[in-house]
Amino acid sequence: MKQNVHAIIFMLLRRKLLPVCAASTEQKTLFLKDFVPFLLNFLREQTSQILTNGPSTPAKTPNSKAHRSQRTGPERRASLGSFLAAAPEALPARRGRRKGSSSVSASGRQVVRDLGRSLAEEEDGKNESASWSGGRRKRSEVPLVAARSPPSQLNLNNLEEFPPMGTASGWTNKSKPSRRINPTPVSAERPLSKPKMCFTSTPVSQSPAARFSAGSSSEAFTTVQEGSPTSVISSSLQEEREMLKKERCKLLHQTSSPAGISPDPGTPTKPTYTRSASLPSESHLVTCADPAKVSCKKQLECLAQLYSSCIAENLVPNIFLEVFFVLQLLTSKGTSASEEEESDLEVSEGCKDVSRRQHFRSVHNCVYFAVQVLDYQYEIISHLEKGTLKFLAENERIATFSPTLHERLKQAYESSTAKVSLLLPCSVQSVSFQPETDNRSNFPSDRAFHIFKKQRDIFYELLREWEDNHEKPGWDFERVLGSKIRAMMAHLSATCNHSHFARLFQKQLTQMCKDPIGGGASWGDTPDQDVLNMLGPDNLSRLKRLQERFVVPQSIRGPCPPPSFPGCQQFFRDFILSAGSYQFNQHLVDSLCLKILELDGLTLVEHEHSDGETDMDEQDEKKRFTVVLLSLRLLAKFLGFLVFLPYRTVEQPTRDLQDTAVALRNQTLPVLDILKLLRRSIRNQRSVLTIPWIVEFLSLVDHIAPFLDYYRKVFCLLLLMVLSEDKEMSFLNKLLILAVLGWLFQVPSVPEELFFATDVRQEGLDSVPLVDQQLLYTCCPYLGELRKLLASFVAGSGVKNGGFIRKITPTAAESLAPKTSITQRKLQVELEQAFFHNQPPSLRRTVEFVAERVGSNCVKHIKATLVAELVQRAEVMLQDKVKEEDANHDKLLEEVCAHLYDEGAQALIKASYHLLPAKVLSSAEDIAVELATEKACGWLSANIAALIKREVKATFNRMLKVPGLPLPNEDAVELRRDCSPGCLHHAPFPSQIINEIKDVLCIAVGPRDEGEVIDPGWLECLLGRLSQTLRCRKFMCPTSEQQLAKCTVELASLLGKSVMKNCLRLKCVVNVLLNPWLQRLSYLEPVIFGSLGATESVGFFLVKFGWLFLFPCTFSGGY
Amino acid sequence: MKLTKAQYDEIAQFLGHVQPTRQSLRKLKEKFPSQSQSTLLSIFSQEYQKQIKRTHAKHHTAEAVESYYQRYLNGVMKNATAPVLLELANEVDFAPSLMARIVLERFLQEQEQAIPSKTLINSMLRDPSQIPDGVLANQIYQCTVNDCCYGPLVDCIKHAIGHEHEVLLREMLLEKNLSFIAEDQLRAKGYDKTPDFILEVPVAVEGHIIHWIESKASFGDESSHQAYLQDQFWSYWNRFGPGLVIYWYGFIEELDCHRERGILLKDCFPTDIVTLRHSMAQR
Repeated sequence: MKQNVHAIIFMLLRRKLLPVCAASTEQKTLFLKDFVPFLLNFLREQTSQILTNGPSTPAKTPNSKAHRSQRTGPERRASLGSFLAAAPEALPARRGRRKGSSSVSASGRQVVRDLGRSLAEEEDGKNESASWSGGRRKRSEVPLVAARSPPSQLNLNNLEEFPPMGTASGWTNKSKPSRRINPTPVSAERPLSKPKMCFTSTPVSQSPAARFSAGSSSEAFTTVQEGSPTSVISSSLQEEREMLKKERCKLLHQTSSPAGISPDPGTPTKPTYTRSASLPSESHLVTCADPAKVSCKKQLECLAQLYSSCIAENLVPNIFLEVFFVLQLLTSKGTSASEEEESDLEVSEGCKDVSRRQHFRSVHNCVYFAVQVLDYQYEIISHLEKGTLKFLAENERIATFSPTLHERLKQAYESSTAKVSLLLPCSVQSVSFQPETDNRSNFPSDRAFHIFKKQRDIFYELLREWEDNHEKPGWDFERVLGSKIRAMMAHLSATCNHSHFARLFQKQLTQMCKDPIGGGASWGDTPDQDVLNMLGPDNLSRLKRLQERFVVPQSIRGPCPPPSFPGCQQFFRDFILSAGSYQFNQHLVDSLCLKILELDGLTLVEHEHSDGETDMDEQDEKKRFTVVLLSLRLLAKFLGFLVFLPYRTVEQPTRDLQDTAVALRNQTLPVLDILKLLRRSIRNQRSVLTIPWIVEFLSLVDHIAPFLDYYRKVFCLLLLMVLSEDKEMSFLNKLLILAVLGWLFQVPSVPEELFFATDVRQEGLDSVPLVDQQLLYTCCPYLGELRKLLASFVAGSGVKNGGFIRKITPTAAESLAPKTSITQRKLQVELEQAFFHNQPPSLRRTVEFVAERVGSNCVKHIKATLVAELVQRAEVMLQDKVKEEDANHDKLLEEVCAHLYDEGAQALIKASYHLLPAKVLSSAEDIAVELATEKACGWLSANIAALIKREVKATFNRMLKVPGLPLPNEDAVELRRDCSPGCLHHAPFPSQIINEIKDVLCIAVGPRDEGEVIDPGWLECLLGRLSQTLRCRKFMCPTSEQQLAKCTVELASLLGKSVMKNCLRLKCVVNVLLNPWLQRLSYLEPVIFGSLGATESVGFFLVKFGWLFLFPCTFSGGY
Repeated sequence: MKLTKAQYDEIAQFLGHVQPTRQSLRKLKEKFPSQSQSTLLSIFSQEYQKQIKRTHAKHHTAEAVESYYQRYLNGVMKNATAPVLLELANEVDFAPSLMARIVLERFLQEQEQAIPSKTLINSMLRDPSQIPDGVLANQIYQCTVNDCCYGPLVDCIKHAIGHEHEVLLREMLLEKNLSFIAEDQLRAKGYDKTPDFILEVPVAVEGHIIHWIESKASFGDESSHQAYLQDQFWSYWNRFGPGLVIYWYGFIEELDCHRERGILLKDCFPTDIVTLRHSMAQR
């Protein structure tokens, strides 16, 4: 049997390798590391035809050795041969591996180590180093599947100085690494699933307009498929294509089934079937996978084990890519044609033509293999989010192929609490104005202050415009906003306001994009019912979006999307690009660096919960960690974007250009010393915080940067992190690191050789379980692809249904009553957040600090009193019951505990009022008030004189600016404030009275309408109300009062003219009219009445009154 | 009072080409008895200002100014007590106060052989007794008093109304026990843009969080609202977050379209106010 497996694998190997290089025959010299890329490619190729679901998952693996390690330990030297030989024995050991939260790779590595040993014993005894070097020599001559040339030699020669933490290693790179070209490249129908698309290939030389013309999606990065032939690589690519053609032909001949899947052998790049959202017409029906129809089980088992070891050892670049691939196999929808093939295969097994054997030609085989692998990877799988677990637990194929795995998955699903929900998309909020940083004293001149005021408004105007329009077809950022942005930038330059604006920009960025999805749900969970409720009935746009989900088939994009700027991030990216301002970028970089350093250095975990008060703190820590991590990732992404922006090129530079560029750029210092930060974080066991943001930073590298000495060191150190084993590390922490790093290695501008050029070393990693599924999925939204894939399988099976339709579980409409309370609650939460919005950040910190301290003291108190008491009682109860019956102890314990829980909860409700002893609280409050008062008084006593002087001076200056309004004296100020005692403020408003007097003036001045006269009675009434108004100070302001005085006098003068001519009644009225004023100014009486009679012209009267009468009146501020 | 766009358009159309006199105002009230007087006056004033803005330039050409001045001189020569200037303004469809200004400017220019300062002119318009010519003073006074859309008297009334509503709003806030910072305090702290009131503790009005309240003692029509949005409301939003604008004399319903984004319009002090409850009380 062993021989059999052996033979098959080597047949496979030979079939693969021999056509290219006959020299590569010595199996022993194939080492695991050469083998991994080969294995991955082999599996992809084998399954390429059966996989019609989801996008292709080409692992970025070089097919040749890109490096050599001179000093790797024996555990890494296991050869394929040895592995195969030892595989069956290793199996039982692996079953029991990784119980608890030990590291992913610990026992897996042990297996390989064992295998390595068994190789040495079983195989022909060559010592390892000899076979290693032999292998290198030979393999290095092999162009293998003849892919295109490497972008350049991976010049890692001087890595002797590295890695810095004790291991020295040397790499040489003599062979040409080749990127495996997937046999069935992405069709044009699925532009989004091109895994190699990357914005780093944006042509910098292009005009901004052209750059943006591609629209606002992430594709605006003018993506160029990296595999596209260039003059340098075309020949090798052609070679590879030819080879693939041959392979295809071979397959066709072999199956000789005209009804089978028949990809056109002549055009391998354009398969006749598509894997996009619409399925091929002939595969409506999902083949029912049957364990009985599995052929060559042994070989599949062996492959599964081999493959699983690679995954467990972190030897694959991206574990989730592999998991995705396996799930693709699990959910593959075979056709009836492959069904028929089945018999052919069975027959052909007899002929022993193993080299031509296609192990994955049937759905049954694929599923069998997939289930095996899933079984091995149970630990990883079981840490996926609940929704994915549900699909897995309900997957009928798993149930039929492995009832035990089915059972385990079911349990995992049931016990899982890892419900990942969509976070509420945050609405745009402004950055609040904080006088400490934003008022005039922070600017060099009035002009700068004023201009920044405008800039802030323009910035938000742009943001709103973008928000309203960017989703409309044909809207183009650069065309619409470009010139406005640059105009604003020009103002910035003129006034040196860059740092202010950069800070605003960065704050707004953090505020808007702290929602990780950035506004657009990228992996699409159906939101929870509570979330839907929370959204409220008025939120039509979201409802609309939801509605779209019903009708728009979901596209599966694969687990390795290129770096992108989803949602609101797009605005900020495009803004930077459109602004094209060196100064602004520099200031923004400064601002980002500072913030990153600050956040990265935050103390997130208080190492003081030795006494077990972790429960409460843990939640808080997780929350804080999440917030900090997400902010860091966002900031680092933009920092990376800015740092590498000047070097971005469309295409990979030629080797010569690269060498020049490397030589040139090696001289410059990095803006932010991420290597130092990374090392420090590893030393301080904080890598779970640091690596995710460094990955974001690095994901935006240009083509050259990874080859610079500095960044190479960073990459190498990161690789060490992948391969290091640490039993201390929390499983999900490790998983997060692996997921983000795995993703990084798939980013197009990161050279693929890097991954297979590493070494082992041990490093401490964080042991605090900070990561949960919510965070994992938030950071790696592409993990949601796993679930999408499974969901699409459910949707597609059974029904005559071509697309990947998202499954939506209808839920009954809720009654309105609870909804309102939810809205109320939501409103309260929003109010609380809003409360802090305009307050200085220190307030929030203070509140959080106080809450944390008081809460933690509470917990301590509860434990010391309530819990201790309950436990005592439990002890008594238990003692009694244990005597009574010899019953199940567990059950007994549970019963007692359940009883006590209730009581505890009851007590807690009461306690929460009493626990914070009122005395303590009030004392603390008193002390705080006292201290604050003391402080304020101290300051005041020292500065009061200066302060008053300053304020008075400012007031004085303001007064002097108002022309004609003299200084009110102290008395007047007093009078102005107060109404007469008992005033109900019911007097007519001054405006009303002025208006009415104006009407009378109109009539008095004329021209009058027919029969229009001033009714003295009415006038009297008006004057009565005027005097009321003058007596109530509440609504009076200086201008009103002045005007009242003025127009009353004017009225008096106008009527005075008539008094002489008309009736006595009016004379009284005039007296009444002037009375309110005369009361205060009785000394002027003779003057007024003297002039009244003598005056002929209004003008003259006004001169007199205006001068003598009005002025003093307003001086004193009224009567 | 909220008006629909259609209702508003009907009023605006009626106001097509009316003179800003108390007679016109009376007619307007008769035509739309259901609308409040202040709302109508506010709309009237806004519409008239729009009309004036459109024609402003043509009244300020050198020829126009010269002809107005000559007509004034001829008029008062015939009869100094006749409302010469007022009738002239009505005849050429221009605001009497502005006509007064043109003629006064021209008069002073002739007298002093120099272009008079704006301050001086404003001061004379405010207090015609300062005008050296008694006849002109009378004529000008008649214009400013009879103009119900422009002029120092109208400006003062508007200012007084604005102030009174701010006081009213302050009273209401105090009554509701909402803590706030008023505009003058904000200025003292160095804020660059200041709404009438900033709420120290935000509240929710009709389910929307608000941080600030701006009082507008006018009717919110499209053009004034756009201008306010641009100069004030968005600026407040940019600094303090969402807020509430109270147009005491109503507004066009359709303009209240930024609620989701954070600019809420009301025509009175809101009744549906949710405050941040103390969390202990909540439980």
